[in-house]
Amino acid sequence: MAVTRVFGARIKRREDPRLITGTATYTDDIVIPGMCYTVIVRSPYAHARIKRIDVERARKHPGVVAAFTGKDLEGKVNPIPCAWLIPGSDLKTPPHPALAVDRVRYVGEGVAVVVATSRHAAADAASLVEVEVEPLPAVVNQEKAMQPGAPQIHDGVPNNVAFHWKVSSGDVGRAFQEADVVIRQRMVNHRLIPNAMEPRSCVAAYNRGSGDLTIWMTSQNPHIHRVLLSGILGIPEHRLRIIAPEVGGGFGSKIPCYADEAVVAFCAMQTGHPVKWGEDRRENYLATAHGRDHIVDLEVAAKKDGTITAIRGTCYANLGAYLSTAAPGVPTILHGLMMCGPYTIPNIDYEVYGIFTNTTPVDAYRGAGRPEATYYVERLVDMVARKLNMDPVEVRRKNFIPKDKFPYTVATGITYDSGDYEASLETLLRIIDYPNFRKEQEKAWKEGRYLGIGFSTYVEICGLGPSQVAGAVGFQGALWESALVRVHPTGKVTVLTGASPHGQGEETTFAQIVSEELGIPIEDIEVLHGDTEMIPMGWGTYGSRTTAVGGAALFVACRRIVEKGKKLAAHLLEASEQDILFEGGRFFVKGAPDRAKTIQEVALQAYLAWNLPAGFEPALEATAFYDPPNFTYPFGAHACIVEVDPETGTVKIRRYVAVDDCGRVVNPLIVDGQVHGGLAQGIGQALYEYAYYDDFGQLLTGSMSDYAVPKASQLPPFETARTETPSPHHPLGLKGVGETGTIASTPAVANAVVDALQPLGIHHIDIPLTPPRVLAAIRQAQGR
Amino acid sequence: MRVPISVTVNGTVYHHEVEPRLLLVYYLREVLGLTGTHIGCDTSNCGACTVMMNGLAVKSCTVLAVQANGAEILTVEGLARDGQLHPIQEGFWEEHGLQCGYCTPGMMIAALQLLQRNPDPSEAEIRHALEGNLCRCTGYQHIVNAVRYAARKMKESGAMPVGGR
Repeated sequence: MAVTRVFGARIKRREDPRLITGTATYTDDIVIPGMCYTVIVRSPYAHARIKRIDVERARKHPGVVAAFTGKDLEGKVNPIPCAWLIPGSDLKTPPHPALAVDRVRYVGEGVAVVVATSRHAAADAASLVEVEVEPLPAVVNQEKAMQPGAPQIHDGVPNNVAFHWKVSSGDVGRAFQEADVVIRQRMVNHRLIPNAMEPRSCVAAYNRGSGDLTIWMTSQNPHIHRVLLSGILGIPEHRLRIIAPEVGGGFGSKIPCYADEAVVAFCAMQTGHPVKWGEDRRENYLATAHGRDHIVDLEVAAKKDGTITAIRGTCYANLGAYLSTAAPGVPTILHGLMMCGPYTIPNIDYEVYGIFTNTTPVDAYRGAGRPEATYYVERLVDMVARKLNMDPVEVRRKNFIPKDKFPYTVATGITYDSGDYEASLETLLRIIDYPNFRKEQEKAWKEGRYLGIGFSTYVEICGLGPSQVAGAVGFQGALWESALVRVHPTGKVTVLTGASPHGQGEETTFAQIVSEELGIPIEDIEVLHGDTEMIPMGWGTYGSRTTAVGGAALFVACRRIVEKGKKLAAHLLEASEQDILFEGGRFFVKGAPDRAKTIQEVALQAYLAWNLPAGFEPALEATAFYDPPNFTYPFGAHACIVEVDPETGTVKIRRYVAVDDCGRVVNPLIVDGQVHGGLAQGIGQALYEYAYYDDFGQLLTGSMSDYAVPKASQLPPFETARTETPSPHHPLGLKGVGETGTIASTPAVANAVVDALQPLGIHHIDIPLTPPRVLAAIRQAQGR
Repeated sequence: MRVPISVTVNGTVYHHEVEPRLLLVYYLREVLGLTGTHIGCDTSNCGACTVMMNGLAVKSCTVLAVQANGAEILTVEGLARDGQLHPIQEGFWEEHGLQCGYCTPGMMIAALQLLQRNPDPSEAEIRHALEGNLCRCTGYQHIVNAVRYAARKMKESGAMPVGGR
């Protein structure tokens, strides 16, 4: 039986039919008989002492089933934990109650919840909840929050410093002393709002008879949510089932364990009704974790020939009002350790202060720490080039880790698995016809047009990751992944993965992997995920890990199927097991290819169990738990070409070219889609998006009318290309691609804008490069 | 107070009594159970709730159900006919025009409106026409390809992209 080769093929997605016909089931689509609706009442104050919360009027409203305050939850709902306790940083973990009891610390913090028989009744009743507070001074800027005399947000956290973390290697002081050039630059990597198109929601159903609690929720990692919610709610893990149905995007914002889902589950347990909750977009902006938000003072030391010898920096990371689930790890492990980029920079001294402010908590947002690192390093490289009057491409080449040096341990201590940075850069330069562009640019400048090119040669840490390392850096979990491959009696296959894709297309790519490994037609393979009662323990989808780790688990499980199949085939073919080969879905005898059994025939016999070899267990399924030996390190080279209008400050992207290397590619169509989406978010940060708070802690960009999610007309067509450097430790050579675009693109755009404005002597403008900011820089440079 | 309304949705006539403040999107989702139309914001920015009302794409989170009294509505559930995908659905599938799928129903209805008005749109025209619909996953490029695919397909088949075909 010939099976079309599907690994590496550009095939369309198998999840799409339900999504394009409106028949997919997202959390908010779920209806259970007797279901009630909840509204969480949120603080309009950034910082205040709660004097009184009165839910009596709300309780009396028609249709209201119950109303609760933080006091009602005390002793029943435990505080919301942080799950990344980075060691050696004096990390403070002040309690985070599910509903505020005596103090609110950010606008949007929940103070009460109302349960009613209809959406309207719940909303009406929520407006009847009386909250009396004594407003306190608020602080939203992390540097101001560290100053003496700043409002103290938590007891026992002096100067609001949650942690102080440091990575240091080599002799940085000496490198700076011996440098030919030293550049100092403060940069701001501003706050973003993830904006998954589907806001968060959940439905909780509690069976008082059995004690079982089921929560359907918008989750990127249902098993992590089960562990954490089990502890918060005091429900044994085996009584708690988390289901992530169709999930409408996450980008990191659906990793954390929030208070809201715990509160809703509490309501279901208290009332006995199934209870639904869903945030509207404004709530999403206030109550779902934000991303980025650094202020960083950077210094770079270099030699005359462009060799970068050291980077030194102090990063002030705004954590918001509470420690979100992974928050401490994002600006440290996922950020500070990437401060060498793809370069052989031997000396690093980088410290990070994590600081509480009266703002929405900050956690992972697509790229999570790595876009920030890439932005700083790539801006610094361009600054070195400018100062030395060198081509930015040459400075990059000068400092690249050579391809024959892998695996390579950078100064921050992590070991990059493989890379060929020169190759991706060469490919990029060829596509953009670099020499010609520089000529065109000269001509444009003479005509008074501001044309520029920006490069970003990046490397990212993906495929999270080895569990021992996770433990060593304080992650309160593991990062292996599970896969179960079940070949049914008829030869059809069900795959269960512990990762939890929500748009990334693994129902297709995983089926491609299984089809390749087992020689079974892709139509006969179904990939399931997102239900803790059905799926073996796994760690979810984030950190570009689903294919990189989950795909490896799947490979191992498939190999186990083949091994078991060989035993049975040998028995049925009356041959020795060593003589059985497996190819294209057929077990056959070496040298006698006609003596064969298809995997479907073997599966049927394995289930019938009428004629099994001695000691052979019936059935044909295998489970694998794969813990990777290292992270994966995708890389690439991006270029952005812009034209800046000097009269308005408007930046127009004329061309965007992305050359990515994510190792071997399972499905190029899906990889392109991942790159495009990442680019949109990275370009969004560079040009449009900005979550802005006023000094009172009010989010001024609190709706989609004010926060600039990029529109179709604001983005260019993207040109993509790839080089392919397999990961040496991944059984299929895969690396992951979910975050490349976001990580690479922000500095490419920023470098392009600064490059365009070279004739004006502009060296740096903080992102987002909105027209007013760019215009102000131009006016200042022109002395206007 | 409840107000009687009569609405034709995807060719079926429905009679209900609704609260005057009920939004059309909730009427579709929670009264009729047509959950293919999604809600992504409360400010008419995202377009996830886009449906056709009397042949015009509207954001159903900004239309009251009572305003739809007597109207003909087309939702994503009405795009395919007799088990045949609409060329726009086909385009989104073929060209990987969706990832999480949440914006897709509204996006496809907006694309339908565009192709009704302009059967052969340029890339810039497609991007302009979809400005009222936000997608956070795709970066729009594959959506543009999907709409082009649909335009080509409809031209070839000579099918007019009328509401619900």
